[in-house]
Amino acid sequence: MNRDEADPGNPVEAGLDTAIEANELTRKFGAFTAVDRISFDVRQGEVFGFLGANGAGKTTAIRMLTGLLTPSGGSARVAGHDVYTEGEQIKRRIGYMSQRFSLYEDLSPRENIRLYGGIYDLTAAEIRERSAEMLSRLGIEAVGSRPVRELPLGWRQKLAFSVALLHRPSIVFLDEPTSGVDPVTRRQFWELIYEAAGRGTSVLVTTHYMDEAEYCDRLSIMVAGRIAAIGAPAELKKEHGTGSIDDLFVRLARPAVSESKGPA
Amino acid sequence: MSSSVSARSLRKQFGETRALDEVSFDVEPGELFGFIGPDGGGKSTLFRILVTVMTPDSGEAQVLGLDVVRDLWALRRRVGYMPGRFSLYPDLSVEENLRFFASVFGTTLERELQYIAPIYDQIAPFRDRRAAALSGGMKQKLALCCALVHRPEILVLDEPTTGIDAVSRRELWDLLGRLREQGMTVVVSTPYMDEANRCDRVALMQSGRVIALDTPAAVAASLGRPLFAVRAGARHRALNVLRSFPHAHSVLPFGDVHHVTDVRRDVPADVIADELRRYLADAGFADAEVAPAAPTVEDVFIDRMGAPR
Amino acid sequence: MSPLVALLRKEAYHIRRDRRTLVVVLALPVVQVLLFGSAIRTDVNRVRLAIVDPAPDEATLELRSRFTATDTFHLVAVVPRASDLDPLFRTSQAQAGVVLPVGFAEDLAGRSPAQVQIIVDATDPNTGSVLRAYIEAVIRGYEQERIRLKPDSTGVTGTSTSPLPAESGFSRITATSRMRFNPTRESSNIFVPGLMAFVLTILASLMTAISLTREKETGTIEALLVSPLRPWSIILGKVLPYLAIGLVAAVAIIAEARLVFDVPLRGSAVLLVGEALLFILASLALGILVSTRTSSQRVAMMGAMLGSMLPNILLSGFIFPIESMPLPLRLISQVVPGQWFVTIARGIMLKGVGLEYLWKETLILGGMAALLLAVSTRAFKARLG
Repeated sequence: MNRDEADPGNPVEAGLDTAIEANELTRKFGAFTAVDRISFDVRQGEVFGFLGANGAGKTTAIRMLTGLLTPSGGSARVAGHDVYTEGEQIKRRIGYMSQRFSLYEDLSPRENIRLYGGIYDLTAAEIRERSAEMLSRLGIEAVGSRPVRELPLGWRQKLAFSVALLHRPSIVFLDEPTSGVDPVTRRQFWELIYEAAGRGTSVLVTTHYMDEAEYCDRLSIMVAGRIAAIGAPAELKKEHGTGSIDDLFVRLARPAVSESKGPA
Repeated sequence: MSSSVSARSLRKQFGETRALDEVSFDVEPGELFGFIGPDGGGKSTLFRILVTVMTPDSGEAQVLGLDVVRDLWALRRRVGYMPGRFSLYPDLSVEENLRFFASVFGTTLERELQYIAPIYDQIAPFRDRRAAALSGGMKQKLALCCALVHRPEILVLDEPTTGIDAVSRRELWDLLGRLREQGMTVVVSTPYMDEANRCDRVALMQSGRVIALDTPAAVAASLGRPLFAVRAGARHRALNVLRSFPHAHSVLPFGDVHHVTDVRRDVPADVIADELRRYLADAGFADAEVAPAAPTVEDVFIDRMGAPR
Repeated sequence: MSPLVALLRKEAYHIRRDRRTLVVVLALPVVQVLLFGSAIRTDVNRVRLAIVDPAPDEATLELRSRFTATDTFHLVAVVPRASDLDPLFRTSQAQAGVVLPVGFAEDLAGRSPAQVQIIVDATDPNTGSVLRAYIEAVIRGYEQERIRLKPDSTGVTGTSTSPLPAESGFSRITATSRMRFNPTRESSNIFVPGLMAFVLTILASLMTAISLTREKETGTIEALLVSPLRPWSIILGKVLPYLAIGLVAAVAIIAEARLVFDVPLRGSAVLLVGEALLFILASLALGILVSTRTSSQRVAMMGAMLGSMLPNILLSGFIFPIESMPLPLRLISQVVPGQWFVTIARGIMLKGVGLEYLWKETLILGGMAALLLAVSTRAFKARLG
């Protein structure tokens, strides 16, 4: 599928692989409903922006989709597997990178690659080959054996992303991957995202940089546990009459943010 | 009128890393001054030196006319500081945190309630909630209250908008703007380039050095070459096409357009725009829009920063 | 490659590269074996012995020389009256005493057995039996010697193995013994004062070390540092609450010792609590000192344990007698606050003595607390770097 063609249309077309299908997905914590019946899908090879204010339920939703949290209601399939019953299979077919943690800092890039290769059960040959390719593509062969903490932040993030893709997952979840990184590295990072998507990997990314929201094929904005808007950036702007996603976000999220209950 | 902050040739090294490399600047009283740049640029280290929590290896700095190394005890009463990480007590409630910081500075919450009301009113409904249970935006507002509660003469805020959503960010900047209107000198740092426009003056910081310092408008205008915004469907392919344009100096995605600059300085802008349109049309982008665009602070940052770190 | 192997390899890297933990994990057992090996002694050396000799004669002088001849005993005093022993015991100058009778030589030459009394300070972990046994051994040895040398009716010196009929008038020494301060030799009486030191020091050192490094880890320390609060007031803010908790703990331990284990409290309870206060202060200061060296709670915990637990088990006299240790360890034990507190606590609880006997130890303990507090306050920087 040519991901460059804008396809404003709708959800699930027969015969097309969807990386994520969520239907009325819900999660409650006691009396507090963190995620309130959200429905959306992410297609194969799509870059999907998952936006929302702090406390809007984004993190909870992602935890359900990555098999870390069991939903309270609704249904979801990730990489073709049911989130309730096939958690283990999901974990094998997805990649994950969070800004809080990505790589072990006292290990070198090579060692990190070997570790994750081992965890995802790649063969020694596969690991060797992908490691060499990755280090050369990122241009970090020279420092491939130094501890990761000695690498500049931008390189670390790019490496972490590549490692998340090491086992060729069908979908990768990125949690604020470019936080605090310089503007050039951010763009280089997004090139990596495009390349991955071009190879057929779906990418679900959360970010607080509103200009990055524009880079996505489609995006959703969560407000108070619900999806307030979903669609391609251009369409959404036209529909709501705003000049930027930033303005759109503010318009949708402002009332809810003032009364935010905060994370459970 | 003497500066609120005056720094000369500040240097700070941590092991092999040079965190600050000959940083010099002045902040005028009542100014909203922003330090813009990514992590690792030296902003936090600089702020720590200004609020006397660290000493520079060399160079000197004065805040409110007091030396940051020698006069630390006198200075600490008069500076309000919001550190980069959330620095309040997670197991104490909003009100308990405020009372603690008020008393540490020798005042009481009651006495200063009126003063911090514009901000405190926004979190007052949650006054009994433990700080750990607040959302990101609320935490920052609480931290701001705690920094203000002793009526400092200058506010130093280290990345107050990092990690919080766009709405809370705007609200925080509105608050800072209001404080500045009341005469407070505010020194703030942020990695978000677009926030530069909310400051009176900005200093762009990268790898411990100030790479530009002026009003946001002046910084943006200092790009030195014409800039074009190119809008085309199939953005990624368009990007690659533009990169192969023989005179392209820089091609960068910027939201829903691409920013393109040309290496040639002597060719008029409309000529370049035409060339770009034709080049794109030849590559299959007949509907591409090319228009001159005003440079932003981010454009200048990228231009000046050198190789990415 | 199996995932498990990958995880094991990763863990190996972490362990190898965490230098500090590695040193502790590898070096600690070695150090511990050395220390414990040197400290654990069941034999006895340098027992401080006082002899009461009201009427020195050739026999008493001979017996006295038997005691001084060996390394086992260190003669601290020879006094004329049994009552002179009392202050020596109370100040712990003497651990044991031997009371010789008037006319010892005559008794030995005559028909009635000579009465020798052995008095042992049973508050010492060298439990009375061991001390008494040693003293008895010397006395018996002397007795046997005299028997060997004493001519029998034929004028020929007999061997030590030849039994002698009672009527030949051989000399005998009857030794009776008294266990002072701890007549029933309850081990809880011996251990409880040391246990108190042990528990209190861990509580105090650990809590302050963790509390301060937690503030460093969460970042709240920055807000404190940038305020007008001086280092001493930040430290005071940490010390006072834990001091209060420590006092409550001390009182609870004493009450428990009295009520559950029937350990006597013969001296002043108020004095004991006061001394405990000094000791807790010293331990708190140690915790603060540890926290100034690190920003990690985990390292602080290890440091506090090493700095407080280890010395207090080994070198306070809590379990292992200090007298039996090699010189270096004995010297180190002099700077362990726990050692002084244990002596004081034993004195107050078991011997019933007051400040008149314990003023020196109290002064030393107080001095240590003050010194540690001063050092740790200075080490606590008003800045991050």
